[in-house]
Amino acid sequence: MSLLNTLPDYVLTTKTDELLNWMRKSSLWYMLFGLACCAIELMHTGGPRADIERFGATPRASARQSDLMIVAGTLTLKMALRTRLLYDQMPDPKYVIAMGSCASCGGLFQLAYSVCDGVDKILPVDVYVPGCPPRPEALTEGLLKLQEKIMTERWLSRGNASHNGVTAA
Amino acid sequence: MLIEKLQERFGAVLSETGTTHGQDYIIVVRESAFEVLRALACEPGFEFNALSDLTAVDWPERSPRFDIVYNLNSLSRNHRLRVKVQIPGDDAWVESVFPIWKAADWLERECFDMFGIEFRGHPDLRRILLYDTFEGHPLRKDYPYQRRQPIVPETDPIVNPIPMSR
Repeated sequence: MSLLNTLPDYVLTTKTDELLNWMRKSSLWYMLFGLACCAIELMHTGGPRADIERFGATPRASARQSDLMIVAGTLTLKMALRTRLLYDQMPDPKYVIAMGSCASCGGLFQLAYSVCDGVDKILPVDVYVPGCPPRPEALTEGLLKLQEKIMTERWLSRGNASHNGVTAA
Repeated sequence: MLIEKLQERFGAVLSETGTTHGQDYIIVVRESAFEVLRALACEPGFEFNALSDLTAVDWPERSPRFDIVYNLNSLSRNHRLRVKVQIPGDDAWVESVFPIWKAADWLERECFDMFGIEFRGHPDLRRILLYDTFEGHPLRKDYPYQRRQPIVPETDPIVNPIPMSR
């Protein structure tokens, strides 16, 4: 007879990692970071029709309150400096979604003299959402993928890179 | 009608006049361009009180190399005019029209940024879109189109990915 069967019905048991991850994935506050036309779809995703808030994601105006940076639009070299600064201002744990072709690889403007071809050249990116721009459904799918990824993380054994599920330093 | 009036008024300093795509244009020699533009802005009958656009065109095989193009609009008389000034590539300057139209401020700065044309008399001729450490002028035809000048260190995300912070 295991320990679980001795507990009364109103007691739930879980693993600490799962509890932490569940709490973390259910309150992904994303920074308002629209750089180009993808920002319109980002606003739409936060609006009542796609309603990303039902997954716990809500927009924040400050990098210091955010868990998630959705890079929505073309990243110019001039903006790359500020993007890196904003990323460094975000508290850990932090996640990045590259939204659309431009943020993923430079997209249409890849060969331009002033465009950084891909935000992954200056930041670690968790999820890439393709599209030009992606529909709100696609961005919602990207958020759900990120939530899946968060559920695989291990917090109690953080020092041990092999348990971390992500690339360690 | 406008062309005749312009020829009558300015005559010798116009090196070419004509009409393309339904719009009149004149080509003015550089030395008298400022006086012509000021007259176009102020004199009754012309009254071009709005500078719609100011830009440059690079013709690398031609001499003189650059065209400076002023698109003028008259809100009171409802007519438009395109004024061009041709300048050589090794001596690329033109008089600033900021004293005539305040709109020229940022337009001339953009033109300086992209083509490296000096606007003499401009109060604050700095780069407007690109960063200060950018070398060269990207809309010149001889700017190498694959050249990148990143100001943040970039790494190849596949060969050498940036570690996650957590």
